[in-house]
Amino acid sequence: MKIKALTAIAALLISAPAFVAADVDAELVVNGEIELVTKTAAAPHLAGALDEVISGWRFRADETQSLQTDDFDNPGMIFVDQGMDDWGTVDGSEGKSCASCHGDVEEGMAGVRAVYPKWNETAGEVRTIAQMVNECRTDRMGAEKLGYTSAQMARMEALISVQSRGMPVDVAIDGPAAATWEHGKEMFYSRTGQLELSCASCHEENYGNRIRSDHLSQGQINGFPVYRLKNAKLTTPHGRFKGCVRDTRAETYSPGGDDFIALELYVASRGNGLSVEGVSVRN
Amino acid sequence: MEFSRRDTLALGLGVAVATVIPFRAFAAADEAIAAFTGGADVGAGGITLTAPEIAENGNTVPIAVSAPGAATIMVFASGNPTPGVVTFNFGALAGDQSASTRIRLAGTQDVIAVAKMADGSFVQASSTVKVTIGGCGG
Amino acid sequence: MASGVKPRVKAPKTAAAGETVTIKTLISHKMESGQRKDGDGNPIPRSIINRFTCDFNGQNVIDVTLEAAISTNPYFQFDAVIPDAGDMVFTWYDDDGSVYDTTKSIAIG
Repeated sequence: MKIKALTAIAALLISAPAFVAADVDAELVVNGEIELVTKTAAAPHLAGALDEVISGWRFRADETQSLQTDDFDNPGMIFVDQGMDDWGTVDGSEGKSCASCHGDVEEGMAGVRAVYPKWNETAGEVRTIAQMVNECRTDRMGAEKLGYTSAQMARMEALISVQSRGMPVDVAIDGPAAATWEHGKEMFYSRTGQLELSCASCHEENYGNRIRSDHLSQGQINGFPVYRLKNAKLTTPHGRFKGCVRDTRAETYSPGGDDFIALELYVASRGNGLSVEGVSVRN
Repeated sequence: MEFSRRDTLALGLGVAVATVIPFRAFAAADEAIAAFTGGADVGAGGITLTAPEIAENGNTVPIAVSAPGAATIMVFASGNPTPGVVTFNFGALAGDQSASTRIRLAGTQDVIAVAKMADGSFVQASSTVKVTIGGCGG
Repeated sequence: MASGVKPRVKAPKTAAAGETVTIKTLISHKMESGQRKDGDGNPIPRSIINRFTCDFNGQNVIDVTLEAAISTNPYFQFDAVIPDAGDMVFTWYDDDGSVYDTTKSIAIG
């Protein structure tokens, strides 16, 4: 028995009686001073697909939105504190911490998050922040790899993200990264699984609509890592991709694998122009 | 299985009704409140409970309570497996008798705040919070 | 002792004598409610922070009793009067007997 995907979505999208109060026109200002761009013109490569790109922040209820406006209200910031502790902690056979080579994280990691995933000339492939953290640990610190979507990796990503907060996402999609980017784009638009849904089915064709009472976003990742109210902890991009693909009843991919790296590069590029949000808060 | 438009609408309406987790209420909350008040009459007014009308996620629901002149404010969730949520005892250096926190709600239910005033009297306020189900399962 | 428990507190560094200030506190703690079951269907026992206090120069500002319905990473916001300079001590008490605390100094100015 094959249920047509669009009909399945149509059934779920029909207006639910319970709508959370959401202000899609609100602006996001953190700590009364950091202005984050949460809506802007779409990058040229999205011509024909999207006119404007919108951060997931805009799709959330008022109460959820307000949690991100103050670094002491934002529950995700505690993990940045823990990441800061990790940054200065010696680990591995070489007796080094991140700080030993990179110095203060504010200087060493400024602007990094905004341009990742990125082509790495030495490695000859596109790299994510998590891969670079693990490479540093194994090759230079003599330490163990961190689990790709582990809590420890998530808080390191959170610490690094905050150092790009307010900067526009600006990942390169041309040059040596182009092939990886094309693969990610193909994945984004491919229908898979029992429900034959692609990322675009919800996040391009139906953003702003409700799936049951959930307010569908564009699926941007400028806010990652994200503190999810659902499980009260940080989620990384590959962690979320894995869950999303599984939730559409398709065979999901491995975090840290080539497919998700390509998808992360492509999805990041869809958000080019939006501000890096540091640690965002979503449901 | 092909869905006709009629089938889709019928399915959709059925789903629409089911997006809100059904209302829950247990007698344990009344007993817990009575234990706090000692069975005394509970008035209304002089206490504010701020809670969202619809909680985006039942795992983390922000609430705030305020009762000028109160010694203690207790909060109860009438539809949770156990009704007690939090007790705020205001000390000598409390700036006012208000506090905010984040709570877990198992489903749509009434959240009730009861304040014990300085003169030993009690007042309460309650708020119905709808807890919703997302569509993505995740 | 529960692992990875870390407090995070916002208190002003200075206040005018007698000023009322807003305090925000958060602590990373799982707050295992006792309602969940593990993979074999056995209940996971409750293990939460059950009490939080804030004292300034030895006088109590607020004393909070927490139940399992307080969300993971318990958060409290409240107001405190600052009569003169001193130390604001924040203390969290865990079901397992652990006590976590942090102190913020507030000057008058």
